[in-house]
Amino acid sequence: MFDLDLRSRVPIYEQLVETFKEAIINEVLKTDEQLPSVRILAQQLTINPNTIQKAYRELERQGYIYSLPGKGSFVAGINKHKNDEKLAKLKEELIKVLSEAMYLGMTHEEIMAIISQVDSSVRRGIMK
Amino acid sequence: MIEIMNLNKSFEDLAALKNVNIKIQKGSVYGLVGSNGAGKTTLLKTMVGVYQGDQGTCSIDGQEVFENVAIKAKVIFIPDTLYFFANYSVRDMAKYYSNIYPAWNEARFEKLKEAFDIDVNKNIHRLSKGMQRQVAFWLALSSMPDYLILDEPLDGLDPVMRQKVKNLLIQDVAERQMTVLISSHNLRELEDLCDTIGILHKGTLILEKELDDLKSDVHKIQVAFKEEVSGEFLVNAQAQVLYEEVRGSVRLFIMRGSKEDLTRLFAKQQPLVLDILPLTLEEVFIYEMGGIGYAIENIII
Repeated sequence: MFDLDLRSRVPIYEQLVETFKEAIINEVLKTDEQLPSVRILAQQLTINPNTIQKAYRELERQGYIYSLPGKGSFVAGINKHKNDEKLAKLKEELIKVLSEAMYLGMTHEEIMAIISQVDSSVRRGIMK
Repeated sequence: MIEIMNLNKSFEDLAALKNVNIKIQKGSVYGLVGSNGAGKTTLLKTMVGVYQGDQGTCSIDGQEVFENVAIKAKVIFIPDTLYFFANYSVRDMAKYYSNIYPAWNEARFEKLKEAFDIDVNKNIHRLSKGMQRQVAFWLALSSMPDYLILDEPLDGLDPVMRQKVKNLLIQDVAERQMTVLISSHNLRELEDLCDTIGILHKGTLILEKELDDLKSDVHKIQVAFKEEVSGEFLVNAQAQVLYEEVRGSVRLFIMRGSKEDLTRLFAKQQPLVLDILPLTLEEVFIYEMGGIGYAIENIII
């Protein structure tokens, strides 16, 4: 399904959480879709099943997935409340990045161009 | 569960293990690392009942291991120096294992033939070092152990085989809740396999933690300030600095704390450059060891 960067400094469990979040936000994984079982994922990626279990627990805690006993884990509908929190944080980061870009001489038009470019690619469902 | 309490073991005047306490949960993969001569092999051998501890207890599933046949039937130990009987072929050795280990799974042995691709009728002593290691894993996995204790297990295996063996281990952990203990110096290899890490130094366990906590708890910070900033803000924040170094205008810190907290702390000083990275296991090892006086000193010859 996807690969992790085993040489990265970022803990594997964090990488897993981030990868799944991204897949859920971009709707690569749709609401109520079943996630691969811990066993299968562990075998596919050759990583510790306990790490995967932990990542699933974290995703559940953050409201991205829900689990049914004996059936597995499923993608939850995107939680509005969680999004607000994340949005506030992103806004803060954007302000920081934009002010730096402006300071270095990026013009208003250039920034707007980037925004519309990102907007159209997001619409097509491809991030980055 | 493997439980070791207050274990002491000496060889004549050498105290190899001093008051070691370890708990390894069922289904966990535990990585044991340590300096050379720290007592890793002694610990493993005591754990599987090859040695008897002088003091303290060493139990698996609540029972003392030493001379306990019922427990030993569930435990497989692959030592760093392998041992096979003279003139035995893989097939002979498998027959021997099937007599010793009640859970021996012949179907699995046949199935694993595909993975290892070694002629079962070959004399084991005529196989290469790496192939002998493969045979050891082959026999171990066919014995369906509940506990697998490995001393430097992947030494001598080629990259493809390493990945294959790791994958087989993971499958058993995921499906049968097999407990694995690995001692290794190859820290990068442990990072994707283990969930808990213990560091042994001079016979004492100096650190035992979940790998993810270990990595997210300590960070490496590279920072450059516009003007000279005194270290006072660190003192005021009661920051735990493990290591500090100045490289020209860039300062390097190793500090405890979550990424968010550290970012907040440093951002207040308005740095020109700020990089906060999690540590690799290798770095954790080096700095923890440095903290207790086992530091890297670049000796110029």
